[in-house]
Amino acid sequence: MFLKRFFALLSARNKEFLRDKSSTSWNIIMPILIVAGFAVTFTSDFSDQYKVGVFSGTDSDHAQNTNVSTFLKTKHIEFVEITDIEKAIVKIQRHQLDMLLDTSQLQYWINDESPNGYLVEKILNAHGESGLQKQSVTGKEIRYVDWVIPGILAMNMMFSALFGVGYVIVRYRKNGMLKRLKATPVTALEYLSVQIVSRLLLIMAITIFVFYGTNFFIGYAMHGSHLSLLFVFALGAVSMISLSLIVAARITSEETAGGLLNLISWPMMFLSGVWFSLEGTNPIVQNVAEFFPLTHVTAAARSIMIDGAGLLENTYHISVLLIQSTLFLLIGAWAFRWE
Amino acid sequence: MSAPLLEVRNLIKHYPKVKAVNGVNINLYPGTCFGLLGPNGAGKTTTVEILEGIHTATSGEVLYKGEPVASNFKNEAGIMFQSTALQDFITVRETLMMFAQLYPHNTDIDELIRRCNLTEYLDQDNRQLSGGQRQRLLLAIALVNDPNIIFLDEPTTGLDPQARRNFWDLIDSIKAEGKTILLTTHYMDEAYTLCDEIAIMDHGKIIAHGTPEELLAAHFNDVILQMPATDIPNVEHLPFAVQMKKGLIEISTSDVNKTIEELIASNISLAHLQIRSRNLDDLFIELTGKALRA
Repeated sequence: MFLKRFFALLSARNKEFLRDKSSTSWNIIMPILIVAGFAVTFTSDFSDQYKVGVFSGTDSDHAQNTNVSTFLKTKHIEFVEITDIEKAIVKIQRHQLDMLLDTSQLQYWINDESPNGYLVEKILNAHGESGLQKQSVTGKEIRYVDWVIPGILAMNMMFSALFGVGYVIVRYRKNGMLKRLKATPVTALEYLSVQIVSRLLLIMAITIFVFYGTNFFIGYAMHGSHLSLLFVFALGAVSMISLSLIVAARITSEETAGGLLNLISWPMMFLSGVWFSLEGTNPIVQNVAEFFPLTHVTAAARSIMIDGAGLLENTYHISVLLIQSTLFLLIGAWAFRWE
Repeated sequence: MSAPLLEVRNLIKHYPKVKAVNGVNINLYPGTCFGLLGPNGAGKTTTVEILEGIHTATSGEVLYKGEPVASNFKNEAGIMFQSTALQDFITVRETLMMFAQLYPHNTDIDELIRRCNLTEYLDQDNRQLSGGQRQRLLLAIALVNDPNIIFLDEPTTGLDPQARRNFWDLIDSIKAEGKTILLTTHYMDEAYTLCDEIAIMDHGKIIAHGTPEELLAAHFNDVILQMPATDIPNVEHLPFAVQMKKGLIEISTSDVNKTIEELIASNISLAHLQIRSRNLDDLFIELTGKALRA
């Protein structure tokens, strides 16, 4: 009986979504427009300033070398504190950093294929030879569009999950649809399961469509497993749908729900590392971002697509998403009211 | 009389600032239509929604077939709320099929569609239904599980007179099948036409209870004579009390012949005289002191 009721509600909900052409097309068109916009805007180098990673090791006295200390005061160069030199070298290979400076070992890395690296090296040596040992690396550039696409896909999932489930449940509660279902043998668990599965299927279908559609025209980096990426996106979608269930658990006003959903989605959109790296930002921001599911979906998807990482390398992000999904689901189901 | 299908014993529902239901006792017998009447805020909907299992009572007892209401009650009850939104973008047929699949047992869907006169609209989006079509669909949904007991909460509110009459025929046919109906309504003519038994509620309590005829006989032994006010220029000279209502003068009397003789003696034209019996509207105002559709 559970399955019969489940599929009856699932089918009706899916039909409602798919036949609502404005909603469906907006869900598909919006991410395509964003990706296309970024592809056009950032086909050339994104940065308008140079970015240099600085690894101090145990030595924090940059003044040991006059040229280094002068270089570190150069305007229009962003100096980023580096703690993991191996990861920073990968970023040099991908043109995400223009130079890596190790002040403790007096050496630096640049990418021989990077015009920015070449120019930053010229600036370093502007006052004569720096006395630092040069290390060269090579590697294909990761364009901004490659870097930003995992976050855009995840962000689109977030909006679809939060507003597509949370807002809809509140609307149903307000117009009495939930009360009508309460009068039937349908249980809250069945109803919430339908909402999760229905939205998950729609989100995944749209994400796959947008992923392959935009990739066909733009051709961005995808070095990892498609299945791993699918798993991460699905888990992220469940986590964000579950979050929306908490928002929608008791609210009866669409205005309140809209405000609350905006309050959740906007900080996530800007502070989850979708548009810019959180490296070098205020530690408080970085700590807050750790609580956002979008941060972990974006980070895991990015590492799969750009670094070719697998699920094992993303154990931390996957674990956080699993814990968040379970927690949000339990709270959402516990707090749910039909009226 | 057979055993009640549904028994309500001393039902109480208190909200922090309101006693919505304050000791209601009613019995619903199989195959009958029970009307619960009352002004807005009387506690009708709260009472019905407790019986439907939507709300829980503060105290009191609800027995179905002699047993406390259990989870399977929903399988045997049909419910039509006062206002219910239907899912957008799905058709009448899909809506009916969806609700049918929520229950372990269904009525014959084709027969239900025919009986509720939905055949023409089966492929129409719910959003495009008129008020009458929508109410018929909501009634069909309430009947989809072939229920023993049906709760109809103000089912004809907002319908035009013809649609109301059609709806009454539909309810009559359901009653004829032996289904038990609990109906709440603001329309006294509807209650009089459909209900075998009625209870009038006010301030959360039942203030009158019986068949319509019993209640009218118990509270009135007079009839009303109605005449246009323009036919009686000197009302103050009449030998009896009168009431003015929307340009009509109403005279209550238990002796019609004598009253007419007195009107003739007063040289009043009887050309527009109408005599009517007391009805549930009068009873309602008499008991609650409120206008019916307030």
